[in-house]
Amino acid sequence: MKSCLVVDDSSVVRKIARRILEELGFSVVEAEDGERALELCTKSLPDAILLDWNMPVMDGYDFLGRLRRLPGGEGPKVVFCTTENDIDHISRALNAGANEYIMKPFDKEIVAAKFQEVGLIQALSAESA
Amino acid sequence: MNQPDYEFLRKLLRDKSGLDLSADKQYLIESRLLPLARKAGLASISDLVQKLRDGSSTLVSQVVEAMTTNETFFFRDKVPFDHFREMIMPELLKARANRRSIRIWCAACSTGQEPYSLAMSLKEMSAALAGWRVEIIATDLSQEVLEKSKAGLYSQFEVQRGLPIQLLVKYFKQAGELWQINSDVRGMVQHRQLNLLHDFSQLGTFDVVFCRNVLIYFDQDTKINIFGRIAKLMEPDGFLVLGAAETVVGLTDVFKPLADRRGLYRPSGIVSTAKAPLPGASRVAAAGN
Ligand SMILES: C[S@@+](CC[C@H](N)C(=O)[O-])C[C@H]1O[C@@H](n2cnc3c(N)ncnc32)[C@H](O)[C@@H]1O
Repeated sequence: MKSCLVVDDSSVVRKIARRILEELGFSVVEAEDGERALELCTKSLPDAILLDWNMPVMDGYDFLGRLRRLPGGEGPKVVFCTTENDIDHISRALNAGANEYIMKPFDKEIVAAKFQEVGLIQALSAESA
Repeated sequence: MNQPDYEFLRKLLRDKSGLDLSADKQYLIESRLLPLARKAGLASISDLVQKLRDGSSTLVSQVVEAMTTNETFFFRDKVPFDHFREMIMPELLKARANRRSIRIWCAACSTGQEPYSLAMSLKEMSAALAGWRVEIIATDLSQEVLEKSKAGLYSQFEVQRGLPIQLLVKYFKQAGELWQINSDVRGMVQHRQLNLLHDFSQLGTFDVVFCRNVLIYFDQDTKINIFGRIAKLMEPDGFLVLGAAETVVGLTDVFKPLADRRGLYRPSGIVSTAKAPLPGASRVAAAGN
C-alpha cells in the first residue's frame, strides 16, 4: 500500500484529505505543520505528500526546500494543496520541486486527477459522459 | 409527462440531434426541459410540447441543446493524447514531409477542452513543426458550447481536471476567478457549428479525426452512417480517434482498429455505401434550421 503524508494546519482539511486518500488506497499519516512533517520524513519517507502552503512554525514552501535536501528527499511526489491560487505561487512551487498543484477548494475528483498525473495512481476506469 | 408528449420529444430529439433515448427516460427530459420551459414562461412540459408542435424553431434548438451532454475535460482519458504524441504525429511528420500541412477535426468539441488539449500538444512539439501548417477545426451542434470554447475561459475546477499544472502555467492566464487559455493557442483552433446528422463533406479532407463521446448517444444506423461519411473525408493513411467506450467493431468495416492502440482506428480502404446523411436527418435539415 502506498503512503501519503497530509500536511495541513486545519484538522478539518486533514480529515477530508484522509478520507479521500484512503478511498484511493493510501495509508495516511498527518502533520499539522512543516516542522512536524519534516520530523516524520527524516524517520521514514512517504510515497506522496499533500502539502498546504500557509502554516505556522514552518510553511509548506520552506518544508519542500528542506525535504528535497534530505537523503532520498527527491523521492516523494509532492502535491501542493492550497488557497494560494495565483501563477506566481504555482511557479515558485514548481521551481522548488513540487510535482503537482491543487488549488483549494478540492474534491476527490481533483485529487484523483492530480495523483494520476504524477503516476501515484492508475487511470480510473473510463467512465462514459 | 404523458406518453404522446414523451414520444413527440423522443422523435424530435432523434431527428434533430441523433439522441437516441430509450422508452424510460422521462425523468431526464423533465429535469432538463422543465427549467427551460419555465424560462420561456411555460408552466409544464405539455405546454412546451404544444409550442414545439406549433413550430417554434428557436425553442426547438433550445430543447435540443438542453438535452445534449457536454461533459468534457482536458486530456480526457489521457491515452488518446499519448497516441497523438507518440504515433499519430510522428507518422504524419514523415508522411506529410513534402506537403508540410496537417488537418485535424474535433467533431464534437463541446467547450473546447479537447481541441485545446491537441493545440497544447502541438505547441509542445513546435520544434518539429517549424514551417508546418496545422489546422484544428472544432465543431459542435451546440452554439452555446462553441461560444464558451471560443472564449477559452475555464473555472478553477475545470483547469484541474486532466490538465497538468505545468501546462496551466505555460498556456493560461488568470482572469479574475477564471483561467483563460492564451490567445496564440486559441488562434490554432477554428470553430464552426455543425450537426453530424447533416452533410459535412464541405469541411475538406482530414488527416486526423477526433470523434469522441458523441456517437454513444446515437442509434446503430446513425453511427454507421456517420462513420461512413467520416471515412470519405479522411486521407487513406489518416487516423480516427474514438471515446473510451466506443468502437467501430461490429458496426462497420470502413475503419480498422490498430493493435495495441486502444481507441485508435485507420481507414480500411473499404468504401462505405453511405453517400448522404440518413433520409430522416436530411428531411429535418431541409425543413428546419
Ligand atoms: C460529451 S461531449 C464530448 C466532448 C469531447 N469530444 C470529449 O470527448 O470530451 C458531446 C458533445 O456532442 C455534441 N453533439 C451532440 N449531438 C451532436 C450532433 N448531432 N452533431 C454534433 N455535435 C453533437 C454535444 O453538443 C456535446 O458538446
